[in-house]
Amino acid sequence: MSLLNLTIAQASAALAAKKFSAVELTAAHNAAIAALNPRLNAYITTTPELALAQAQAADARIAAGTATPLTGIPLAIKDLFCTAGVRTTAASKILEPFIPPYESTVTRQLLEAGTICLGKANLDEFAMGSSNITSGYGPVENPWKRNGSDAKLVPGGSSGGSAAAVAARLALGATGTDTGGSIRQPASFTGLAGIKPTYGRCSRYGIVAFASSLDQAGPMARTVEDCAILLGAMAGFDPHDSTSAERAVPDFTAATGRGVKGLRIGIPAEYRMDGMSGEISALWEKGVAWLREQGAEIVDISLPHTKYGLAVYYIVAPAEASSNLARYDGVRFGKRVDGEDLIDMYERTRAAGFGPEVKRRIMIGTYVLSHGYYDAYYLKAQKVRNLILRDFNNAFEKVDAILTPTAPSAAFGLGEKMDDPVTMYLNDVFTVPASLAGVPAMSIPAGLSAEGLPLGLQVIGKHFDEETVFAVSAALERAAGFTALPSVRAE
Amino acid sequence: MAYSLEGKTGTWEVVCGLEIHAQVISESKLFSGASATYGGAPNAHVSFVDAGFPGMLPVINRECVAQAVRTGLGLKAQINLVSRFDRKNYFYADLPNGYQISQFDHPIVGTGDVEIELQDGTIKHIGITRLHLEQDAGKSMHDQHASKSVIDLNRAGVALMEIVSEPDIRSPEEAGAYLRKIRQILRYLGTCDGNMEEGSMRADVNVSVRKAGEDFRTRCEIKNVNSVRFVMHAVEAEALRQIEVWESGGEVRQETRLYDPARGETRSMRSKEDAHDYRYFPEPDLLPLVLEEEFVARLKAKLPELPDEKRRRFCDEYAIPFYDAGVLVAEQATADFYESVAKGRDARLVANWISGDFFAAMNRTGRSIENPPVSGAALGELIDLISDKTINGRIAKDVFEEMVETGAMPGAIVEAKGLRQVTDTSAIDAAVTQVLAANPDKVAEYKSGKDKLFGFFVGQVMKAMQGKGNPALVNEAVKAQLG
Repeated sequence: MSLLNLTIAQASAALAAKKFSAVELTAAHNAAIAALNPRLNAYITTTPELALAQAQAADARIAAGTATPLTGIPLAIKDLFCTAGVRTTAASKILEPFIPPYESTVTRQLLEAGTICLGKANLDEFAMGSSNITSGYGPVENPWKRNGSDAKLVPGGSSGGSAAAVAARLALGATGTDTGGSIRQPASFTGLAGIKPTYGRCSRYGIVAFASSLDQAGPMARTVEDCAILLGAMAGFDPHDSTSAERAVPDFTAATGRGVKGLRIGIPAEYRMDGMSGEISALWEKGVAWLREQGAEIVDISLPHTKYGLAVYYIVAPAEASSNLARYDGVRFGKRVDGEDLIDMYERTRAAGFGPEVKRRIMIGTYVLSHGYYDAYYLKAQKVRNLILRDFNNAFEKVDAILTPTAPSAAFGLGEKMDDPVTMYLNDVFTVPASLAGVPAMSIPAGLSAEGLPLGLQVIGKHFDEETVFAVSAALERAAGFTALPSVRAE
Repeated sequence: MAYSLEGKTGTWEVVCGLEIHAQVISESKLFSGASATYGGAPNAHVSFVDAGFPGMLPVINRECVAQAVRTGLGLKAQINLVSRFDRKNYFYADLPNGYQISQFDHPIVGTGDVEIELQDGTIKHIGITRLHLEQDAGKSMHDQHASKSVIDLNRAGVALMEIVSEPDIRSPEEAGAYLRKIRQILRYLGTCDGNMEEGSMRADVNVSVRKAGEDFRTRCEIKNVNSVRFVMHAVEAEALRQIEVWESGGEVRQETRLYDPARGETRSMRSKEDAHDYRYFPEPDLLPLVLEEEFVARLKAKLPELPDEKRRRFCDEYAIPFYDAGVLVAEQATADFYESVAKGRDARLVANWISGDFFAAMNRTGRSIENPPVSGAALGELIDLISDKTINGRIAKDVFEEMVETGAMPGAIVEAKGLRQVTDTSAIDAAVTQVLAANPDKVAEYKSGKDKLFGFFVGQVMKAMQGKGNPALVNEAVKAQLG
């Protein structure tokens, strides 16, 4: 029995039944990482000894009968989550020497549930990117290949390392964060399920901030059910995060079995973009048919401000980022490059520590907040953001969930779309509106492109109604019967 | 008589507004659990939030919010039930996040009003524009190491209230009176200790000058002035500078200046062109601050009596002059001390004793109202001895000095030294007879119309009686025997 090609639910049952131990499960993953990570670069930092120690503790817990469904489950942790005693880089050179003395709330809750940390997964620098090529620690290779081609493809981003690790069987699941699509788009590119929960569902405490009003943690895994199990442990109110919601965490796993009979599913006209590829729209049609067959009612809806989503996003997110990243100044932690005086030290430290995409966004953000431009950019963007939120609120008076494609294309090649940042930004066109509105959204693998690459569908739900999102996603998953595997994977 | 300055081209009026930064009294900082105590070893009171570590988030301290609301209520200001925090972005080594969390568009407290009293007794109202909450920065020190600067983040994140006045101040005296009044109100409320030496209160002073009837001219801001006296000096020095600029054909440029107390002048720090672009935007890590009316009402109900009201009550309840009441309410502890002694006694007499001999003794001995030269009970006993005519006022002064010196109770001193007042008229008459007999020439002068000598005779009688004669009875007896 392969210990690598399991779902979390299967592994959990097998651990409970003592078919294998957490130490065996972890050792198998450690070995797989040792073999494949040098190629895929999915992890920036691996923690095999820590993982084994945690696995021993998990086995003790299983033996003592105090295990949770996640006890002994090996995970990849996106290197944006601060982990006590384990280097946390945000894929930036500026944090290369940074070892946090504290644990993020989300990873603390996962550790308390008994999960095992295999290592810190690669990402776009400070989560800024859609292809994982902006990482200061090298790009991640997507374990999927086009039919008959060995060309390296990107895993999507920013949670590209998390996605590649789970897809290539280097972890059973992973944490991701999503600011404009950073969980959903890489999930779509690597044949995984991934959910960005409602803004406020998970604590942001201890997660290196990119854009505070958009950042949300969420799980990535091989099935909808696995995501539900993980999110159950990650979510919850945290007094350390004023924007986390004081709400009970529902039983997400139970919600995956609800079915869609009688649910109204909205199909937004504005997501039918000009030039959308035929296979993306065909897949979308399939999704509609699958839900209809299972008893859902399909409703045409309008989200009229969708077309402004990207523009708004690329003002709001860089604005917040420009401020959030001011703390990386070489004074208290992380990298420092000495200079003639304070200003010179700042300039040298930040010039050496930040990569080009991060610098670009800091400049955009500084510009849109500056005197004389604030009203025209930032304030206007906030107003349009409200209109986008209103679009969703209006739509959700008529429907229970919305179905769209996750990304406009399948994974693209490393080196493609690299000339023009704006082309790259278009990757997020379907994912950004839900981020701006703060509503939950999930990507599930729904089929393969003609070239043999996974394609995802996106289910968007009402604020704090992840349960319906899970129900619809699970229905799509059952109908799609997605069983394809990436060509590069640990066996 | 309004304050003005004479220049070569005529009379100038001074226009001034103050931004007072007052450190909030609270256990912990505005957005973290670290201690807000003054002092301590460098960087002893710093949490990861204060130090701006990755992933750290601010959480508002409820007590700091309550303190701001109390202060707003004390300033008779509007309390905004919805307010918001913003980020003020700039780089400095002692500003860990690269931004200060402050309130820009939507402060927690809106317009209010403060009453100040000038030397000539005039009462003037100074408008409050707003009060907002913000974090303090840390401290950079450049003189601790040959080539490095060192940073102490103990203060980083401590809550400050910025209290902004309208440009209603027209003289150094008004500026001083306003600052003292704000300090007094805050101390009464227990929201700021007002300690300017330790930096828990400091002021940015905005000054401009104009000719009568003009609109406001360009103002300059003098940053971080840290005493009442310096604020008063800075207003005058800056006004004189601006008058000279205008009168020599120049133009005052809007800029930030520093006051140099050693030279008694202000100098330019940075001009408007070099001013920071703070790139304010709403703090996304905090939700808008929403107060319930009931929360505000509860704080209002528990507000202490404030100096203005206390002063009026003292006038009414104790029938003491307005001026005296002002002296007594200057510090809450003094007012409490006064009331504890005045209750059930001759309140006017108590007021005179406290503002006279008691304060003099306090200053002379370097003590304070919290550690007074004589206790309230002892002073009360002394007043009782005067009121029941056991001793007269003259003897009481001696007894008081003895009390300060030895700590003995006045009753005991009077008994031990036999200082009881003599009210026996025959003893007084005998003393008068003796004095008149010893001064036949003065008696003759008096009788020929030199009325002023009356006091001389009374003094001589008192002296003869070792000061123990009842003054009223002595007066009467002298008058009677002189015919």
